[in-house]
Amino acid sequence: TTETLICSDSNLSLMILETASKKRKRHIGVGDDENGCDRFTICQKLWETVQMNTEVIQDQLNKKVLDSLAEFIKKPGLACSSDVWRQRGSEIPTAALMLGVNVPDHAMTFRSLCNLLQDSVTPFVVSVHAKECAAVKLLIQKVLEQLMGRGVSVDEEQEDDTALLQKTQCTISALCQWYKTKCTQVSPKRKENLAKNDLPVVVIFKDFEAFNSQVLQDFILICSRYTQELPFVFIFGIATSPSAIQHRLPHSVSSLLCIEVFHSLSCTQHLASVFDKLILNSQFPFKLSSRVIQVLVGIFLYHDFSVQNFVKGLQFSMLEHFNSQPLSVLCCQKHEALLSAKILSKQNVERIRHLPSFMRYVETQEPQEQVRLLTNDEHVKVTSFYSTIVHIRELHVSCIEKNLWETEEYDSALQLLRILAKDELVAALRSCAEILKSANTKRMQNVLQQLEDFLGRLEALQGVSSEDSSGNGVVSAKMEYQRTDLFQLQKTLLEKESRRTKRMNPFEVLRSQVIDFIDSLVREYLTPAEFQPLNEVCYYSSSGVLRQRLNVTPRTSIQAALTHPFYYLKNESLKTNTGTISSAAPDLCIVYKLHLECGRLINLYDWLEAYVTVMSAAEDQDTNSEECGKFDSLKHARFIQAVSEMEFLGFVKSTKQKTDHVARLTWGGC
Amino acid sequence: MKIHICLTGIKTIILDCNNISQYSVFLINSALMNRRDIMSAVNPDQYSYPSVFIYGHRATGKSHVVLSIMKDLELPHASVDCVECVSSGLLFHQVLSAFFGPDAAALLPRCPSLSDFVRLYKQMSSNSPATQTRYIILDRAERMRDMDFSLLPALLRLQELVNDNVTVILLSEIVWEKFRPNTGCFEPLLFHFPDYSKGKSLVQILSWDHHPSYTPELYASYINILLGVFFSVCRDLRELRHLAVLNFSKFCEPLEKGEAKESDIHKLWKNIEPHLQRAMQTVYLREVSSVQWEQQQMDEKEATTLRVLSAHAHIELPYYSKFLLIAAYLASFNPARTDRRFFLKSHGKIRKTNFLKKHEKTSNHLLGPKPFPLDRLMAIFYSVVDSRVAPTASVFSQISSLVTLQLLSQVGHDDQLDSPKYKCSVSLDFILAISRCVCVCVRLLDLLALSLVIQSQVVRQERSLFTAVSNLHLL
Repeated sequence: TTETLICSDSNLSLMILETASKKRKRHIGVGDDENGCDRFTICQKLWETVQMNTEVIQDQLNKKVLDSLAEFIKKPGLACSSDVWRQRGSEIPTAALMLGVNVPDHAMTFRSLCNLLQDSVTPFVVSVHAKECAAVKLLIQKVLEQLMGRGVSVDEEQEDDTALLQKTQCTISALCQWYKTKCTQVSPKRKENLAKNDLPVVVIFKDFEAFNSQVLQDFILICSRYTQELPFVFIFGIATSPSAIQHRLPHSVSSLLCIEVFHSLSCTQHLASVFDKLILNSQFPFKLSSRVIQVLVGIFLYHDFSVQNFVKGLQFSMLEHFNSQPLSVLCCQKHEALLSAKILSKQNVERIRHLPSFMRYVETQEPQEQVRLLTNDEHVKVTSFYSTIVHIRELHVSCIEKNLWETEEYDSALQLLRILAKDELVAALRSCAEILKSANTKRMQNVLQQLEDFLGRLEALQGVSSEDSSGNGVVSAKMEYQRTDLFQLQKTLLEKESRRTKRMNPFEVLRSQVIDFIDSLVREYLTPAEFQPLNEVCYYSSSGVLRQRLNVTPRTSIQAALTHPFYYLKNESLKTNTGTISSAAPDLCIVYKLHLECGRLINLYDWLEAYVTVMSAAEDQDTNSEECGKFDSLKHARFIQAVSEMEFLGFVKSTKQKTDHVARLTWGGC
Repeated sequence: MKIHICLTGIKTIILDCNNISQYSVFLINSALMNRRDIMSAVNPDQYSYPSVFIYGHRATGKSHVVLSIMKDLELPHASVDCVECVSSGLLFHQVLSAFFGPDAAALLPRCPSLSDFVRLYKQMSSNSPATQTRYIILDRAERMRDMDFSLLPALLRLQELVNDNVTVILLSEIVWEKFRPNTGCFEPLLFHFPDYSKGKSLVQILSWDHHPSYTPELYASYINILLGVFFSVCRDLRELRHLAVLNFSKFCEPLEKGEAKESDIHKLWKNIEPHLQRAMQTVYLREVSSVQWEQQQMDEKEATTLRVLSAHAHIELPYYSKFLLIAAYLASFNPARTDRRFFLKSHGKIRKTNFLKKHEKTSNHLLGPKPFPLDRLMAIFYSVVDSRVAPTASVFSQISSLVTLQLLSQVGHDDQLDSPKYKCSVSLDFILAISRCVCVCVRLLDLLALSLVIQSQVVRQERSLFTAVSNLHLL
């Protein structure tokens, strides 16, 4: 529960941040920058597409497992009635749904599961959460409330009945009665597709691990008494492994269940499809720089495995980008960008001129062009627009050629290509051509033409190089097999390659041609995004901010606040040199700095004396008062308050070893 | 007169009364004797003994015998399962509505006390005095011990309290000595239902289930084979019936194919024995659900290897969670004194002779995990993980998410802010699997190996043994 708390907490803080930044943006829109509103609407539109896409992706990915679950739930009723001789006693059909440890993502899965079941299988679906069900009584109450409460909302007349439902009648047998009456009402509608009264009652335990095992055991025991009248089906949402069931439930209880395991897709798979759909998609104008992607993926892999949080991070960077970069008005679809480019304000054109990437671009142009660019606003608009478009296209290429993740990887990929056997090469080229066909610019068509030309020549070589390709085939098969440890393999293969150069057959000549061609293509088009003109418009690159916001270090910030109060309070009088203790700082800061100089146990009296010294040193300068050294009660009180604040923050605690001492709870310091 | 003798509440066989002596031998040999006793205790016309306590293992026919007597003799009774009674009010409610109808039960106040119940019962029974003894049957009575402490003693002498001809029958799996409150109470009449013996009763009871298309003799020999395999691990009649039904079709396979005759018991045995062994490892432990087991039998030819529950023991965890778990394991099973030696690069020389104290030489795995403070966990974590990790909120939230996943468990809830303590609750195998995933550095493997050397030998136990232990634990 703590974990969920923290999760929701971080979500909350994220939301606060978001709303804060939204507000700030509105403010900007009204004030100094006229296109703030536009940016806000663009951002919102983008975010809506992100949200829609992620939901679609999740639905697609979960479809298979959810469908099989629905099948499983439909099945048992029929199986039981068909077979009288071998009754399976009071076994409750149970689905163990393996969801992985990314708990924040589960909510969405359960929501779509509930919807699916209610639409296609049974209206009686209950989902319970461990923290609502600390005792069996509460669990039963929850189940009854959800089931019968829904019945009330359907027809008003029964409202009086449920109002009478006292706590004492909060039993499964009461539910039984209700189910019988309900079934006679519902069944006429559904009778066609389901046999008699076996609309199952589905109970979903959202977080199985967090449930108290005694509560679960009792609930299962009670339910198993009613399986004849009330066809229960359980769904356990399990984050770890199916053996969790056996750890929670003793044999006497687990023998009452008929458990089947269902696997939902892994979170890395999920992330990969989100990545494909959103970040590597040319239709999506907002881009992340490699550093930012590293931060987001790092958080995902190292910390939580949560796709939900990843999308939240994406949202945050979007907001941050549109908020901080006025030129982000251009960060949208092609025709819209064209429109907004036409109405760019003078101020913004000036901004474009100052972008480092644009400066570089200008430098590479002819001198006259340079002059024109720097003087004529219209021209800037046109060029800037053109370069944006080109730039987006470029990125499209980089999406197709996924080989270019990193430069080293690219190198090894090229090495790989060099030694590919013919048929594999042909296949690879074919797939390239396939992808290129979908593109429609002139340049693309050109490239495609060349590729097809190569393909044709390769086909022609079929007969000539048959014996050689078989030799190569062996190598490549071996390579396939060991692709994982590329490094060692590469050396041996390179040796082989060098030996073979002496007698190059036509195939090899052609192959090297093809590879040179691809290499030149890649070098031409896949220049890193940072070197593209106007990349600032589409790329969000402040990974530092993102890390600071998403991967927070509460302890560091508390320590920073205590040692450098100026950092947060922005009060000029608090500016101090490091190492000195200013008396102008808040009491808490002074006390904190003093306590850093102590060992594990701190003598309160010494601490107080040091505090008073610091305070009165200031007074000496100011008023030259004569009663220094004497503690007045005000200082005493302030000291005590500061110490109790320290205790509250968890830096010290009272100890029983010595009555007038407190113990430090943090390491280091001085 | 016909008497219904039902078997464990599921299947009813109607027997002629003159057959009863014949069956009485095996059925519930002393239980049936009990039955006679109970019958004598069940004398409807006069006041009977105030309370009866019946105990015996699971599925020895306690509630079944009692309930069938009640049904056959059409006695007024209220049968309540104590698991369901999350509050004593529910119990009162059920008893009153069984005896006097739901209207009477509705008169109970919102949170009824025992005296409310007694008052209402008195009132109702004076309106409709008992012509026969009324029976309150409380199944799984061991749950009553967790309820209000005065409830059990009061129910034991309910007859006195309400001044009505009422008898309370308690059914339980554990002995009366474990019930007796320390203030003393009325001693109920004790009955014991012994376990079914293998040779006689189990075989004959199970044989009643015989399939209509095969002879009873064949089924009896099948049951004998089944018991030969399962009797050592399971004596639960219910479970045995379940297994018998599940595996019978496999047993009959050679007969249906015409490969064997009904008399070829040996051949049939050879066919079914390995199958039953497999069933013991899978379906009995619910590693495989019974539906899956049946499906597997149907398409046996394809030799489908069923993925059992415990086969998916591997858990995919975020990178730092893995290290946190490894650190927690090391902290839990290594003595804190050895930390300096394991985790500091320049540790002082420790003389080998008295490095370990005597009590530390016993395997730490036998002693179980020890609690450790958060500080120690973080210190080990930082020394184990190979890169520099900032103490971010997400690292700490991973600890609490490990706790919710029950891979760690939190010990002691009083001092949450200052120094929470944890225990590692995963097995060595699990940790080894995880560290194999993350082990880029050899040092970590060394550490694990070292800690293993200290922990001498790991005791592995079969799961079936564990279930036996868990059954014992219940008592």
